[in-house]
Amino acid sequence: MGDEILLSMTGITKSFSGVMALKDAGLTVARGEVLGLIGQNGAGKSTLLKVLTGALARDRGTVRFEGAVVDFRTPQDAQAGGIAAIYQEINLVPLRSVAENIFLGREPRRWGLIDWRRMNSQAAQLLGQFDIRVDVRQPLNQFNTATQQMVAIARAIGQRSRLVVMDEPTSSLDDREVAVLFDVIRQLKARGIGVIFVSHRLDELYAVCDRVTVMRDGMTVADQPMASIGKLELVASMLGRSLEEVKQFGATAFHEDFAPRAAKVLEVAGLKSAPRVAAVDLDVREGEIVGLAGLLGSGRTETARAIFGIDRAQAGTIRFGGLQTGFRSAQDAIRAGIGFCSEDRKTEGIVPDMSVRDNLTLALLPQLTRHGVIDQIRQREIVDRLVKRLGIRLASADQKIRELSGGNQQKVLLARWLCMQPRLLILDEPTRGIDVAAKAEIQGLIRELARDGLGVLMISSELEELTEGCHRVRVLRDGRSVAAFDHEQATEHAIMNAMAHGPAEVSHAGA
Amino acid sequence: MQELEIVAPRRRRLVLPHGGALGGTLLSLVLLVLFNLVATPHFTSLQTLYVNLTQVTTIVIVAVGMTMVIATGGIDLSVGSLMAISGALAPLIFAGKLLGIGPGPLADGLAFVLPVLVAMGFGCFNGWLVARFRIQPIVATLVLFIAGRGIAQVMTNGNLQAFHNAAFHTLGLGRVLGVPIQVWLMATVVGIATWVIARTLYGRQLLAVGGNEAAARLAGLPVGRIKILVYAVSGLLSGIAGLIVIAINSSSDANLVGLGMELDAIAAVAVGGTALTGGRASIIGTLLGALIIQLLRYTLLSHGIPDAAALVVKAAVILVAVYIQQVRRAP
Repeated sequence: MGDEILLSMTGITKSFSGVMALKDAGLTVARGEVLGLIGQNGAGKSTLLKVLTGALARDRGTVRFEGAVVDFRTPQDAQAGGIAAIYQEINLVPLRSVAENIFLGREPRRWGLIDWRRMNSQAAQLLGQFDIRVDVRQPLNQFNTATQQMVAIARAIGQRSRLVVMDEPTSSLDDREVAVLFDVIRQLKARGIGVIFVSHRLDELYAVCDRVTVMRDGMTVADQPMASIGKLELVASMLGRSLEEVKQFGATAFHEDFAPRAAKVLEVAGLKSAPRVAAVDLDVREGEIVGLAGLLGSGRTETARAIFGIDRAQAGTIRFGGLQTGFRSAQDAIRAGIGFCSEDRKTEGIVPDMSVRDNLTLALLPQLTRHGVIDQIRQREIVDRLVKRLGIRLASADQKIRELSGGNQQKVLLARWLCMQPRLLILDEPTRGIDVAAKAEIQGLIRELARDGLGVLMISSELEELTEGCHRVRVLRDGRSVAAFDHEQATEHAIMNAMAHGPAEVSHAGA
Repeated sequence: MQELEIVAPRRRRLVLPHGGALGGTLLSLVLLVLFNLVATPHFTSLQTLYVNLTQVTTIVIVAVGMTMVIATGGIDLSVGSLMAISGALAPLIFAGKLLGIGPGPLADGLAFVLPVLVAMGFGCFNGWLVARFRIQPIVATLVLFIAGRGIAQVMTNGNLQAFHNAAFHTLGLGRVLGVPIQVWLMATVVGIATWVIARTLYGRQLLAVGGNEAAARLAGLPVGRIKILVYAVSGLLSGIAGLIVIAINSSSDANLVGLGMELDAIAAVAVGGTALTGGRASIIGTLLGALIIQLLRYTLLSHGIPDAAALVVKAAVILVAVYIQQVRRAP
């Protein structure tokens, strides 16, 4: 790879109303280099990237791109200057066609009109370079997230970007899609395009990055070739701790002898809920963590939604606490003692402009109310207690929740249910997009809650979370329960087999 | 604790509780007042104050309801038409034409209560369309925006109803402690609404629905009921405003009562710094916004600028206000 420096950011400082978000941070990317950027949530990665792409103004510091000092004021500026950003939430136009999205704002024209034929063929050609073959005339929202991301990348290439910034591009992709993305990244590299790749998954960094920059507390704390730094070392520098500490930290064993109690808190049999859930059986006992595994589209989330009363069940029985139920709304389910954390923190979890205090007590609030007026003293007490108990890091409970890091937002959402003292908690991807340390904290917290008798149904795409964090794992495929494993049987191999092939192969192939 | 956290005391950028947007609104109002002190003759007279206060009350009362509707992410275009309905009903009631109850205290009492309840009922209908059928609020309330004034005209056969009624005369021109009654009414509405937003469960749930409806639903909030109630409140306040208008005029004209009020109200909300996207509500901002709009109209009028031109200036002010909001919100 060329050693020519493509981008260098030095001495970047940025503060938000008195709180330093970046202190003298920086990074460099060479042409054709893939730089991994890693750090806990709140370490300043996103802020640094926003400064780079002009979405935020820096207080101090220098950005040099292709040798010249640049100062992008808006993301459009940065794009025109050759820097494209691809975010987790894709900022394209869902209802327009793939080709239109790739050429948005610079459509090929003939006699003042859009030259559709040329646009479509060029779009197909651009995508074809990455072996993506789709009908480019279809609206973008017909395609899955992975394909949409490819469209965003194709758009960047079409604009002759020299640097592509990818902020957690893999968080909603499955393994196969990740492999395709990595192929594309390698192609970008071969063309001399620089890539900044943000991910919380260490394996991915090792798979695709040349170098890694670690951020902590708004500073750049390490910058090394990927090959020269071990995983533990990497985690240690993210957390700002010694290697020995991390080794101990990682060794917290799940299997402590706390047995789930006998009483079943939830029993689901033959659940059917259009369009994704066909026949699901599962049960959760008090004090038990049951993992729900399956590929995207296998009906995991939809099962949870049907249990929680958001979607209607067409057939089957749901028994909660021994009584047959069919919740008609989330309100019913909550009243009965169920909590549900959605997989999509941003669109279904937080109320971004509200304070942490109000977000945390959103579900509890009716109980804190007398004659319609909120008892602010009790509200304060409860919030303070939960903030302390869950180790939520914030400047003040009056702070808007959107100012918190992802991990802390997730803790607030957990607290929203904990203060309701539920008997069953349904968690949909509770640690997705959360940094390593906060993840461990949240997993630890879930175990602690189970030990206190709470039943937990946990949907997860992370095999490790399922094999190590659950008493039992239930696997769904195409909307049906296809396998169930006890903790001892639940190996990654067995779960993957069941997710991919269903029951027959699993029972014979073994694990 | 796994990491060092940078925790600094949060500073208030401005003295005012709502920060930037409200500061800008207040500044505009102060500038406007200063300009008038210098340039408008007799501006400091009590007469001027009364004229402006009585004219602004209806805008403020309706705009308070509008603020709450907008906080849920909706909008209510029907307010002006509901004012007309309420304004048309009252004279029919106290004159005994509608219920057959002759003139007297009972008829007067009913003439205050029933029109307001009817307007509130129409508000419920708006909310029902929005909540039950998930119709976009701008379309749902367009129904009554169009039909409502028609209903009022049918009720009165399109005639102007001039009247002499002591009770309404008091509402229109009476004063308590030297302050017009409708100003007391306005202050009460503003006070209650501010308290509801800041302190009550309903206020919190209103903002949650506007801030993230999906999240509110998943947290078990009765989203439908919250929305229906907010349109009902908007209808109720429109009903009150309609009564004030006919009381001031001692006549009711279904063609004119509340005409264009929806735009004045929305403008007051926008100028007051409440985001039109929902999730936030600044009642005090709306009050200031309404004062600005009123004062602007008065200023232009007293300097002999024709009404038509005044509309253009009003539009420009709204544009500037919304622009300032955008700038403040940019990251």
